[in-house]
Amino acid sequence: MSRRFNAALALAVIALLPGWARAEDHGPGWMAFSASPNNLVSVQRGARDFMNYCSGCHSLQYQRYQRMATDLHIPDQLLKQDLMFNPDAKPGDTMVSAMPDQQAATWFGKAPPDLSLEAQVRGADWIYNYLQHFYLDPARPTGANNPQLPNAAMPDVLWSLQGWQKLVGKGDQAHFESVSQGRMTPEQYRDFVADLVNFLDYVASPERAQRLSVGFKTMIFLVILTGLLYLLNREYWRKIH
Amino acid sequence: MSTEGVDDSRRRFLLATSTVVGGAGVVALAWPFLDSLSPSAKALAEGAPVSVDISKVEKGQQITVFWRKQPVWVLSRTSSMLASLNQVTPRLADPKSEQPQQPDYCKNEYRAIKPEYLVMIGICTHLGCSPKLKAQAPDPAVDPHWLGGYLCPCHGSKYDLSGRVFTGQPAPLNMVVPPNRYANDTLVVIGEDPHENKSKA
Amino acid sequence: MAITPNPYKTTGFLGWIDDRFPLTKIWKDHLSDYYAPKNFNFWYFFGSLAMLVLVNQLLTGIFLTMHYDPSAENAFGSVQYIMRDVPWGWLIRDLHAAGASAFFIIVYLHMLRGIMYGSHRKPRELIWLFGCLIFLVLMAEAFCGYVLPWGNMSYWGAKVIISLFGAVPFVGHQLQVWIQGDFTPSGATLNRLFAFHVIALPLVLVMLVFLHVMALHEVGSNNPDGIEIKQHKGPDGKPLDGIPFHPYYTVHDLVGVGVFLLIFAAVIFFAPTGGGLVIEPDNFLPANPLVTPAEIHPAWYFGVFYAMLRSIPAMFDTQIWGVLVMFGAVLVLFFLPWLDRSPVKSIRYKGWIFKTALAIFIVDFLVMNYLGMQAVNPLYTAITRVGTAVYFAFFLLMPWYSRWDRTKPVPDRVSFHGHGGSQRVTS
Repeated sequence: MSRRFNAALALAVIALLPGWARAEDHGPGWMAFSASPNNLVSVQRGARDFMNYCSGCHSLQYQRYQRMATDLHIPDQLLKQDLMFNPDAKPGDTMVSAMPDQQAATWFGKAPPDLSLEAQVRGADWIYNYLQHFYLDPARPTGANNPQLPNAAMPDVLWSLQGWQKLVGKGDQAHFESVSQGRMTPEQYRDFVADLVNFLDYVASPERAQRLSVGFKTMIFLVILTGLLYLLNREYWRKIH
Repeated sequence: MSTEGVDDSRRRFLLATSTVVGGAGVVALAWPFLDSLSPSAKALAEGAPVSVDISKVEKGQQITVFWRKQPVWVLSRTSSMLASLNQVTPRLADPKSEQPQQPDYCKNEYRAIKPEYLVMIGICTHLGCSPKLKAQAPDPAVDPHWLGGYLCPCHGSKYDLSGRVFTGQPAPLNMVVPPNRYANDTLVVIGEDPHENKSKA
Repeated sequence: MAITPNPYKTTGFLGWIDDRFPLTKIWKDHLSDYYAPKNFNFWYFFGSLAMLVLVNQLLTGIFLTMHYDPSAENAFGSVQYIMRDVPWGWLIRDLHAAGASAFFIIVYLHMLRGIMYGSHRKPRELIWLFGCLIFLVLMAEAFCGYVLPWGNMSYWGAKVIISLFGAVPFVGHQLQVWIQGDFTPSGATLNRLFAFHVIALPLVLVMLVFLHVMALHEVGSNNPDGIEIKQHKGPDGKPLDGIPFHPYYTVHDLVGVGVFLLIFAAVIFFAPTGGGLVIEPDNFLPANPLVTPAEIHPAWYFGVFYAMLRSIPAMFDTQIWGVLVMFGAVLVLFFLPWLDRSPVKSIRYKGWIFKTALAIFIVDFLVMNYLGMQAVNPLYTAITRVGTAVYFAFFLLMPWYSRWDRTKPVPDRVSFHGHGGSQRVTS
């Protein structure tokens, strides 16, 4: 057996060991989306919007205000004025919602989930679609439903921005139709959601920036080291026959 | 195994270069592991400055607050207590606080911004026990010439009412005064320097 | 009192040590005078790489233990604490998490190497047995470690695996409760798995690795030709086809280390969750005894065994059969040295029957591993049953087909053509 065959066989074993394929049925109106947590301006806007629209109910219990300010280049003054609504919170604290869990459970039937890791659990693209797919459903106590998470307790809190829409058609034909305009145009609202999702994607892995920068340096170092070791090995084995 | 004809200089060069590069890699890899042992963001957050309302501390009394998981005392000194600070001077190891055991703005005989209020980390500079306040004077049980001060229960180190250590004690240095500032007349923030007054006092 | 001078005539500090401790002897016996066959190929990198990953796991594990909290209340949060609040904690954690997957890839390839070149055959049966024990302990170690983050996959993984013991006849239920220390996996379970993961199993693992290497160095390494190099020694008593491990294989293995680290670093820095294979999305949710994840499957490296487990139906009022088959799949490995009756060791000199059997086995293994990671459906279950039969047939029929196989004559000396730079060798 040739060495090349050996190498090819090993690579095939590595490549085939796991099962990667995962068929998914996404539901009506699904839009592909991949987060850009490196888009600093978008993530900053997302942070502001999260604090304004989401943080009343949802905690980011593993994220610290200070860390967010450092990572997103938000000045201390701005952080305290515009992003910290809890008067007792200190910059080093985690971003816990002011709403007590028990009260929330009474209002919504279930405490709103912590969103620190949401982008890891469900994926950024899921959140992106979820926030755009609330539709009118009189059968629900909140008046709205969502194909991405049917019959969930969360009301359509962003309706004033997006406006209302309804779900028309069944199966493959299902799609959304606008019923009333919100304060934002559809494009503006889509960007608004993208900002939020980018922010949540950052929150789910705040170490990413450091990871990538250390990663590139490490790869360059390892290429050099491996090259040297290859030459060293060849030098030692040159006269062995 | 024959090594004749081996290009020694090339081999030595590659060996040296690989060793240096590999060694640098090992050192670089050691750094994250060592740095992971320094205080985490959580520890730093918990060590954030604390605010203390001192209006409720009665004259001659002392309260203890926690800052960076250590006892910090706020002692409200009476005029007789303040007077004692001058009288003990000859018996002190470092009466003028020359050693950097306090911020510059507390480098005075009171070791405080306001003479009436001593703010100090309650940890003996010998081996880290927490001394006791012995405010009563005289107190022959402590010292024949006692004018009030602190006594460490572990090894008997004695300090005056500014936390300055007496000579001949196991403890070598005065107790530490943490950074502190007055947000207003009665609110002390422990762990923060005064905004305007960071230069030498 | 005079002491016998050491036979290596070392002096100074080293001499002082050597008079009292076999330092130079160990160095010579295991490195500078340990003769390994010249003709190692690609497949011989995985032994040293397994050692490297073991060191990685021990080192990162020690540092993770300093920050991790093994209580049901705080375990999940403490992993996020490591990922966010501890300086470089993310790197240490991901080195450990991806290290576990790397360990299994390397160990599987290392075992395949042994099967291909007959490294388990006489006189190396003990090396193989120690290796099988290492694999068994590694599986237990990996399972315990998988539970520690106390995410929802951790929790349900623990529940499913510990429930296996519930299949034991008569005492199953009591056994299960005893193992858990509770009626379901709980803080008590987490604490004992933590104890196993950080001290009991690593101790056993390190000891077994030591025995594995000792046994190897006693009889000497096999090679891709399956020839005993000790049968052809030069006038100096050194094997003609051998070469000192140090420096020749140290520099050789270091190239393997470099390439491995490149791949490993690429995963850690650019795909830390490994597309859900290193860390599943559901494990970013805290353990929740009320909600089973939609798709529950074990870590990818247990795919084969999990596929077998669930494909075997309950019979005679007990589900013990699946458990027995799964453990049997590991147990059968121990018998390999006595199942292979071929007159030759290496696949190079075996005939088409063995080559075909091994090829079928590899495909079977990969397919079943893939199926073990998928949601159950009747077709997959049927395929897995066939696959399970094929898996066992490969081993249990080996005494026959390995003898029928038409082997090629084995040369006297290993085939070795010299490594890089051979065109410059003129003499």
